[in-house]
Amino acid sequence: MPGWKQMTGLTSNVTPKSRSTKPKRTIQPEERSHEVDHPTSKLAVFGVDQPLRLDCGVDLSPFQIAYQTYGELNADRSNAILVCHALTGDQHVANRHPVTGKPGWWETMVGPGRPLDTSSYFIICSNVIGGCMGSTGPASINAATGKVWGLDFPIITIPDMVRAQAMLIDQLGIDTLFAVVGGSMGGMQALQWTAAYPARVFAALAIACATRHSAQNIAFHELGRQAVMADPDWDHGRYADKGAHPHRGLAVARMAAHITYLSDAALHRKFGRRMQDRDLPTFSFDADFQVESYLRYQGSSFVERFDANSYLYLTRAMDYFDIAADHDGVLAEAFRAIKTRFCVVSFTSDWLFPTPESRALVHALNASGARVSFAEIETDRGHDAFLLDVPEFLDIARAFLESAGKARGLTEPRS
Amino acid sequence: MSMQQQALPLNGVVTERGRDYRADHLLVAEMVTRGAKVLDVGCGDGDLLQILESRGIDGRGIELSREGVNHCVAKGLAVVQGDADTDLSNYPDDAFDYVILSQTLQATRQPKIVLENLLRIGRRAIVSFPNFGFWRMRLQLLVGGHMPRTDNLPATWYETPNIHFCTIKDFVQLCDEINVKMERAVALDSYGRPLRLRLPWWFWNMFGEQGVFLLSRAEKVR
Repeated sequence: MPGWKQMTGLTSNVTPKSRSTKPKRTIQPEERSHEVDHPTSKLAVFGVDQPLRLDCGVDLSPFQIAYQTYGELNADRSNAILVCHALTGDQHVANRHPVTGKPGWWETMVGPGRPLDTSSYFIICSNVIGGCMGSTGPASINAATGKVWGLDFPIITIPDMVRAQAMLIDQLGIDTLFAVVGGSMGGMQALQWTAAYPARVFAALAIACATRHSAQNIAFHELGRQAVMADPDWDHGRYADKGAHPHRGLAVARMAAHITYLSDAALHRKFGRRMQDRDLPTFSFDADFQVESYLRYQGSSFVERFDANSYLYLTRAMDYFDIAADHDGVLAEAFRAIKTRFCVVSFTSDWLFPTPESRALVHALNASGARVSFAEIETDRGHDAFLLDVPEFLDIARAFLESAGKARGLTEPRS
Repeated sequence: MSMQQQALPLNGVVTERGRDYRADHLLVAEMVTRGAKVLDVGCGDGDLLQILESRGIDGRGIELSREGVNHCVAKGLAVVQGDADTDLSNYPDDAFDYVILSQTLQATRQPKIVLENLLRIGRRAIVSFPNFGFWRMRLQLLVGGHMPRTDNLPATWYETPNIHFCTIKDFVQLCDEINVKMERAVALDSYGRPLRLRLPWWFWNMFGEQGVFLLSRAEKVR
């Protein structure tokens, strides 16, 4: 991740030198629950008269969506871009994070003069349903019981997330989005938007994603969930009642997942076999290697901002995702006669969503006659490349949106 | 089938607009009717697609090289990374009004199958290719005794992506064989100028540096 060295000081004392991988708690429980129920974001509240119809058959009601906006909606409401966040992202795309204090997670992409230029476009990003940064999820209070939902929260899907976003967009008075943009799980949402609401999406930028979750990815997610559930503090999902949180399990889940976001080449380049603050091995299970220290940091910093049950629900939502399955197994049917302009981007070293997944999507879009651009970006930075400063990728995103903007009759972004 | 019967005049397209544009691109663009939906197979840096889009044509592209694709997408063109030999089969029948194969046929593994695919997914196909029967080619092989290289085809035999060279005569024979109708045929000299029509075919095959053909399915115009 960019800046993690500066943030932690790779060679300083941030990494615990003890054998324990148990992270230090720096965020107070009250602080977390405050973001869950009363986020420092805009809030759309949907009462009992506006339930969210979930794929599992449950009507979720009442519920709320926390969202951030950047830039200004133009007079004819034609310049709105919905950014969809990835598995462990949130709505804080381009502002300081209220919990971690870190910069927004996509400031390479969103901001003045960036590809998603906030001086031209109205950018919306909402926390997904099932998330833990203010939109209703398993960490929220169940109005019926007055207690934290926990595992009583219904199973949600990517289409459910998108359905909730569509209700938010309705409430904002926007009929057609100029674009839906997202990477990874955010890309899945962007694709789901085009399949569910083709007339409401003028352009879709789907990055490092797929139209379905592969067996290998489901396997990785199951590994993460089992790590959470194996933590005694998880307590069958009822940890919130006791003021506990399965930090250790969630940190292990994050560490395992984080490996899949990188690549062998990137890990080798960044860490190799270099030692952490020492010249010789300690002949112990300390974090002798820099890569171990880095992973431990990734795990421990993650649990400070993320809810364990939310992690279970959101990974599950990705596992269930399969656009073709909703169209008799024929992917092209999902995009039949679609007018949306697509741009699909993959990265050479992404082994979570490798290029053939994107290519299958492109073939389906071609078969349905959609206007699609597809570029594979050469990089060794793995799946996470979409979050990083990869100029070739950012140039393509910018050009795609500019040309779509011309077709939409928007003024060109000032550069 | 003799080519002269198929050929139509060009109305000076090349000389009027031929500033920095490739001669065959201008000729191809002139063959496409406005408002048509076009697939450019092997679209390179997207120069032809840009000409087509400026003429109000809905253009899409396939390009093999990643650099080419990324240049195109960065120009806002609808281009996907793909291979003419393997990816054309993914397109449905009649998906396009025209499918263009510009200076790419000779680089495909299976030119015949590619050509058949062009006319399956497009109602018409426009194919341009370097003529290996061009006199300079012949001379280099005959007198020099080495594989020909020209300004337009500068690669050495061991580096060239062009694995299936043909002459204009060969191409016409292939079209006859797979029952393709030639609606229009043009041979361009080394300056990109179309050769005069009333010349015998062997003259085209000798003095045309490249051939540009507008093709359609024979059964549709019986």
